This record gives sequence, structure tokens and C-alpha cells, in this order.
Amino acid sequence: MPFYVSPEQVMRDKADYARKGVARGRSCVALQYAGGILLVAPNASSALHKISEIYDRIGFAAVGRYNEYESLRKAGVTYADVTGYQFDRHDVTARGIANWYAQQLGTIFTDSNKPFEVEIVVAEVGATPDSDQIYRITFDGSVTDEPGFVAFGGQADQVAAALKERFSDGMSLTEALGAALAALAPPPAAGNTGNAGNGAQAELNAAQLEVAILDRARAHRTFRRLRGARLEELLAESRSAPSPAQGSADAATSGPAAPPEDEPPTGPAPGGTDGSPL
Amino acid sequence: MAARIPSFTDFLAAYAPDLLPGIRGLGTLPGALPGGTLPGGGSADGNEVLKNLPHATTIVAAACERGVVIAGDRRSTAGNMIAKRDVEKVFRSDEFSAMGIAGVASVGLEFVRLFQVELEHYEKMEGRSLSLEGKANRLATMIRGNLGGAMQGLAVVPLFAGFDEDTAVGRIFSYDVAGGPYEEHRFHSIGSGSVFAKSSLKKLYRDDMTVSDAVLACVQALYDAADDDSATGGPDLTRRIFPVIAAITGDGYRRLPETEAAEYAQRVVDSRMRSPDGPLAPLLAGN
Repeated sequence: MPFYVSPEQVMRDKADYARKGVARGRSCVALQYAGGILLVAPNASSALHKISEIYDRIGFAAVGRYNEYESLRKAGVTYADVTGYQFDRHDVTARGIANWYAQQLGTIFTDSNKPFEVEIVVAEVGATPDSDQIYRITFDGSVTDEPGFVAFGGQADQVAAALKERFSDGMSLTEALGAALAALAPPPAAGNTGNAGNGAQAELNAAQLEVAILDRARAHRTFRRLRGARLEELLAESRSAPSPAQGSADAATSGPAAPPEDEPPTGPAPGGTDGSPL
Repeated sequence: MAARIPSFTDFLAAYAPDLLPGIRGLGTLPGALPGGTLPGGGSADGNEVLKNLPHATTIVAAACERGVVIAGDRRSTAGNMIAKRDVEKVFRSDEFSAMGIAGVASVGLEFVRLFQVELEHYEKMEGRSLSLEGKANRLATMIRGNLGGAMQGLAVVPLFAGFDEDTAVGRIFSYDVAGGPYEEHRFHSIGSGSVFAKSSLKKLYRDDMTVSDAVLACVQALYDAADDDSATGGPDLTRRIFPVIAAITGDGYRRLPETEAAEYAQRVVDSRMRSPDGPLAPLLAGN
């Protein structure tokens, strides 16, 4: 080894590298609503998923490098399926999977030259809202338990702040979706979300969104993707109903984003880059 | 670099082969030896042990208008004894398919569990369901994997029924202990009472039956099987035990709730009160 590099420096460099990789993608959110857990990610691709099913009551969402989180997702599905087959389906828990991910990511972060540029969320819907669990695992293997809601990837802090203002316990699915979209709405002047003609709302349209729920009421497999007509319908509902949430939405989004001025409620849709499956 | 095939069974075979059914050390089982004698000349008869394991009996399936119906009686037998009178032998394998099992019940249940995970695993890994043929072929490989066990007396044979989403029809596949699948047209039955059930269905089945008619035909067939096969159980009106009936259509798998199954069984029993041998078929067709 030609030069000495201190371990602190190595770790810092790795962390910076991973953080930059994660920050390139758009943020995702996971939040509780009365009937379960809602997962929303801006994603232009309808085939390369950021949100997936792990097991009966457990969902997975990730941002970052597709090949890396996809391999983690598959490993998680395998972990869950083997555990469930070996014991019982009830013995597969989000905590177990989150721990396993934390171990893997931690090991990769310390042992390999290149850390994974991913951030993942494992959510489990319980029998009651109290028993719902949302875990966030970062590239270095840190795992945090996030009660209620979580925003991760990209501009996570900003989205989390926007989401915090709108989040409340026991929201309906429509309200939750409205809150998620308002939080995810790209800050003005960051680009163009596309011109799907949503008119008033400078927001993501159905084709740019990946939305799934863990439906508490469903037996067996609770994970369900919302897409096509069903998603359009929900989007329309969430946009027509929520005057109070929406009123504060623009202000709140722009608050932490610190744009020069509020985005106009009408006019061409501003927005960030298209949700690439990064 | 080997690709990871999205098969749960293949993964398990490499990772934890002892979790797979049929592979475990059957070689030491006395029943494996010809004549069922122990190496030391002991008196324990392995064949007797195998014969007295609970066996699942009759399953029937019938294709119907835009779907397929599969039903099974509730009896399992151990030799000439009734092992259990409320056993379930028809299972959902995924949203658009179901399977019934005949043969050694314990091995059958393990196969069902493994097959369910197999289908779900593929679906989650690949983001799409297997085609119906894909599912049927996969089941064949799993059954063939148990051939060794089958030859030692742990035979299990499934009947697989599903809704083909591509062509929007219900299809039925049968197997033997060495695998398969054999696609069956219109209707089929497996298990100890299958001879009677199939003959019964032959007279009752019409093309393009509604789901409800197909259910009725299946319950009639199970009644006929129970009538002549001691290992098949009829509807038990005293204990309220009725056949397990499932319909798979474009709306997915639906197991008939207890009350609905009871209603069909009751109708069949009522009609048999008047005509114990069941409905009469005309002597000649074509009028």
C-alpha cells in the first residue's frame, strides 16, 4: 500500500460516496393510514419496481442503485419464504428481515471497497395500527424504527418535514395519498414533471408513480399494487377533496425547499427530473 | 456465474435439502425392504406401518363455464380404519389455481405447502405469475422427485386445477407417482373412490355447465364415490361435515363457505332420499 489512509477517512469517503449515490434518486415515502400502510415512489418505469412484496404482511421499498436493491429484495424474499416454510407464515417478521438487511449492509459497507448505494424501508402491517412497523435501513447498516411515516432517499429531510406537517393518525387512504404526493411534489424550478395536463396540481401523475398498499383487512397476502384506473381514481379523489391539506401543501413544500416563491397553483407543471428507477 | 433460477424448491435443495419432502433418509425405513422384514429379522412390519399411515382419498374436478370446480371428501383412512373424518384435501395453491391430494396425507400436505411457496416465490421474484402450464409442469417435477418415496410406500398424487388467464378457461391436470402432467378434458377424479366418481361425472357432466351446476355435479360424484368406496366419506349431516369445494374463475380462487357447501350437500342428500342412486340418465342420447 503506497499511502497511509486513516480508517476514519476511508469510512468517511465510503459514506460520502454512498450518500451521493442515494441522493441522486427521488425520495420515496411510506406512511400509515387507517387501513394499513401506504408506499409511494416516483417511478417512471412500470416494470422496474422500487416497491415490492416481501411476504404476507411485509412490504419493501428502496431507492438508489437498482441492481443493488434488487439483489437485496430477492434475498429478503428468499429469507422470508424459507423462514415461513420452515416454521409458520406468522413467524416471518419485518424486524427479522430488517435485522438481516442491517447485517448485510453493514458487512458490505465495512468489508467491500464499494458500499451499496441504497436505502431501504421494510414495513409490516399489523392487526391494529399500533402493531404496524416501519424500519428504515441505510447503506451502512444503521436501522431505525420509524413510527407513523418515513421519507427516504433523495431529499429525504425536506420530504420528511413536508410529510410531518400533513401526517396524522388514522388518515384515510385518500388523505394519506394526498399527503404523500404533496410531500413528494418536486420543488419548483427543479425541472419538469411532465405535461400530463393535471392542470392545477403541479404534481406527479399516475404514470410517474408507483403506489402500493399493505391492506390490513386482507387475509393472507396483504400487498397490493395500485395502478391504472384504480390509481387514477384515487389520485383524482385525493386532489379534489383535501383543501386544508392542499392549502398548506404548497407552502409547506416550498418552506423547507426554500424556493424563491410559491409555485403557482395553475400553469405549467413544474417539477424535478422524471422519476427514474434510480 | 450461475444465474439464480427463481425456484424455491431448487434453492432449498441447495440450501437446506432436509427441508424438502421425500428426500429424507427413507432408506432405513423397514418398509423399503422387500417383504417388509427387518434386517435383524425383527417382527416390526414396515409395510404395516406404511399401510396404516393416514391416506387421503377422493378428489373430483370439473371444468365449467369460464372456470373450474374442484372438490374433495373429508375422510382419511388408515388401513381399514377411519383416521379422520374432517380432513381437508383441497387447497388453494395460488390466486388462480388449486390442488387436491390423494395418497399418504402427511407427504401430500408437505407437497401442498412447498408448492404454494414455490408459486408465490416465483411470483415475487419475477413480478409475474407462472403460466398455468408452468405451474402444472413444476408440480410434475416435484412429484417425480418423490418417486423413491412412492416406491417405498409413501405415494402421493395430486389433481391440479386452475384458471388459464391467457385463454380464460378452466383446466385440469392429473399426475401419476412418476410425474406428469396429463391434461384432462372436462372432468377428472383421483383417489380411492375415483372410479365411481368419474363414472358418475360421466353421466352428469354437460359442457358449459355454470359454476353452480358443476359444484352440484361434483357433490353428486362424491356422493356416488362414498356410496361404493369405503374410504370416501359422504356428507355428514349429523356432524355438519361437508365436502371442501373450491371454484376458480376469472375472479380468482374461491372456497365455498361452509354454509354454501352445506346447502349443496343438503340438496344432493334430499334428492337421494327420493332416488338413492341419483338422477337417471336417458338410455339413449340425442333427443
